[in-house]
Amino acid sequence: MTPPQRKRRQPDQDHLPPLPSVPPAPEHGGEEGDNKNPERLYVISGSDGARAELDLVTLIVARADPPPSVTPEQTVLLRLCTAPLSVAELSAYLNLPFSAMTALITELITAELVQARAPIVRQALPDRSLLEAVMHGLQKL
Amino acid sequence: MDFKSSDTIPGPRTEDHLPHTAQAAVKIVIVGGFGVGKTTMVGSVSEIRPLTTEETMTQAGIGVDDNYGSESKTATTVAMDFGRISITDQLVLYLFGTPGQERFWFLWNGLFEGALGAVVLIDTRRLEVSFDVMGRLEERGVPFVVAVNSFPDGPRYPIEELRTALDLSPEIPIIECDARRRASSRDVLMTLMRFLHSLAMSGALT
Ligand SMILES: Nc1nc2c(ncn2[C@@H]2O[C@H](COP(=O)(O)OP(=O)(O)O)[C@@H](O)[C@H]2O)c(=O)[nH]1
Ligand SMILES: [Mg+2]
Repeated sequence: MTPPQRKRRQPDQDHLPPLPSVPPAPEHGGEEGDNKNPERLYVISGSDGARAELDLVTLIVARADPPPSVTPEQTVLLRLCTAPLSVAELSAYLNLPFSAMTALITELITAELVQARAPIVRQALPDRSLLEAVMHGLQKL
Repeated sequence: MDFKSSDTIPGPRTEDHLPHTAQAAVKIVIVGGFGVGKTTMVGSVSEIRPLTTEETMTQAGIGVDDNYGSESKTATTVAMDFGRISITDQLVLYLFGTPGQERFWFLWNGLFEGALGAVVLIDTRRLEVSFDVMGRLEERGVPFVVAVNSFPDGPRYPIEELRTALDLSPEIPIIECDARRRASSRDVLMTLMRFLHSLAMSGALT
């Protein structure tokens, strides 16, 4: 039996960022049926520039006890992150979509009630010692 | 959710708390077609019970100025499961298993761009379901390894036959695994890390 055959693709230099902050303008003449890129018809609900900096794995840590001025959701969030928790974990525990979560957290960052610890992302200049640390950690599993 | 009863909000178990010294996190994405074993792999290596995060995608493109709600918008919820592995007191690794609807994977801003790399899980009974995602990773320059999840009734191809079929260059690792076993899933992640390290050494990681 012969497996099906794939064809490799090349890196796309001018690949558009996957998330337009403004919904793409409607294409004139283009009909739904032959749209080549259906994902571009979708945007993350209510997304805006200010929230884009929080990653799924940004670690959030409370800097203070919840003051009376914050909302009930934010009170819960502040109690949850007395120890560091990723935005993804907060979203899971609070049962809130990621973008709603980042909106809440952004307010708390502005109010200096939480600290955000940015993730280490893949870079053009790779950090070998980081990769080695991860390998070492996995070996202990 | 009733936020008034904040004492009953589920949170991490005490033993699942990260130390205060945790400074930064990294992430790896596990992709593959439905039923290929992504959730199983996340669960087998995670130190916490796997969790689910979701995002709401709104269908746009009907019109830009439709703030008046006069045009209907379709919202779709995309769910992703994830797990966690503490690497050191300072560093945490998160593993994300992508959701079923492939067209949404690359909309989740930063999911792939920030990831150290990806694992493409394949099922030899349905190889072609992974073709598109591999192409998209290549277009975005996201390094990946291929893990063949061995299902008992799946055809077994020699690795080099798979490499030819998947049109993968010789340096990209292809390994067999059993996503249900922690040691096997750990080996897949180690293979990815060694591959990333070799790319870093050769200066090819962009
Ligand atoms: N035989 C075998 N079954 C597996 C393996 N990995 C997952 N499964 C089973 O395949 C089914 C689908 O796995 P799941 O992780 O939910 O797939 P997902 O849709 O990619 O998240 C489950 O019933 C698993 O128990 C494997 O390595 N070998
Ligand atoms: Mg799953």
